[in-house]
Amino acid sequence: MTKRCPTDTVRRQVLVGASALAGVALTPGFVLMTAPKAAAKTASEAATDKTRWGLLIDTGKLDKAACDALVAACNAEHGLKPASRAEASAQWVRRVDIKDKTTGATKSLPVMCQHCENPPCADVCPTGASFRRADGIVLVDKHICIGCRYCMLACPYKARSFGYEPVSDQKPSSPHGVGTVSACTLCVHRVDVGGIPACVEACQGIAPGAMLFGDLKDPDSAISKKVSEIMVTRIRADLGVEPGVLYAGL
Amino acid sequence: MIRSFRLIAALIVGLAVSAGAYAGAYADGGVPLPSPAKATGATCVEPADIMRRNHMDFLKQQRDETMHLGIRDGKYALNGCVECHATDDPKTPAAVKTIEPFCGECHAYAAVKLDCWSCHTDKPATGSAKK
Repeated sequence: MTKRCPTDTVRRQVLVGASALAGVALTPGFVLMTAPKAAAKTASEAATDKTRWGLLIDTGKLDKAACDALVAACNAEHGLKPASRAEASAQWVRRVDIKDKTTGATKSLPVMCQHCENPPCADVCPTGASFRRADGIVLVDKHICIGCRYCMLACPYKARSFGYEPVSDQKPSSPHGVGTVSACTLCVHRVDVGGIPACVEACQGIAPGAMLFGDLKDPDSAISKKVSEIMVTRIRADLGVEPGVLYAGL
Repeated sequence: MIRSFRLIAALIVGLAVSAGAYAGAYADGGVPLPSPAKATGATCVEPADIMRRNHMDFLKQQRDETMHLGIRDGKYALNGCVECHATDDPKTPAAVKTIEPFCGECHAYAAVKLDCWSCHTDKPATGSAKK
């Protein structure tokens, strides 16, 4: 499907109205509940709140090396290069090593922007540069970012990076530069044209099944089915920011 | 008081002299008009006169639609400009073309600073990196 087709919508409505399977029919012609059929948007369509992009990360399938490979894949996709000082380098996804002090058990997990339902970064942004898109992707509009870094303080996940040094040779799809804040975009340039994030794609080769990307509002999507079966963890769930990135096996 | 008057007078004379020297350098009628290089593509997304006057509005409109709504197939893409208008740049090695000389030609003339290239790449995408 490359263009919105009015005929298609009409046909769908007719099918929904006629099918008792699609919902609970009270009387013929009336449907109590219909499942919205979400599909990946095309390049010409605007993002809507019918979709909620989410990521499920199975930490049981990821070791240190796999996490590092994901970070490398992200850096390659977005053209993120090390700054002259290591601390000044942008990191859109990073490896976090955790340890249970009582048992000594360790685990490594990739942590990126959690694409919150209630993003604190967007709450505090004085210019409106940090915002949440209708489909749940949290972004920085670097055109209006003034580089105050309030969002970096507000983010409970340390997910954002500041551009301390001038950058050159960026990827055309991933603009970022000095004086502005940047973070994981959930590979919005890929998602907008029906693709999947670069880390998820890289993961398919390194640790198959460890990362699942999809629409949390579509009950038929693989990620929705999975999260309805297994218990998932939201990092700092106590904050109530409702992350779109969910972890299994933590 | 007299001292400050002398200083102001000296300044005015100095300015007049430098203005004369400036006019002398462009005796044939002011600052030369900009002449941006020809693009590699056959046609632009709009006629040249419309682009000259409105390119900033086209770009701004599309950047907001792309950034906030995710509409990614508009015709006024900055990357599209770079693809077509990249030329030899004295600041980069010979093989590397950038769009900066093309933009800079008029922007220097009009004294309008642009900072697109602090975040966006000024070089055309190569091969598989093109997105």
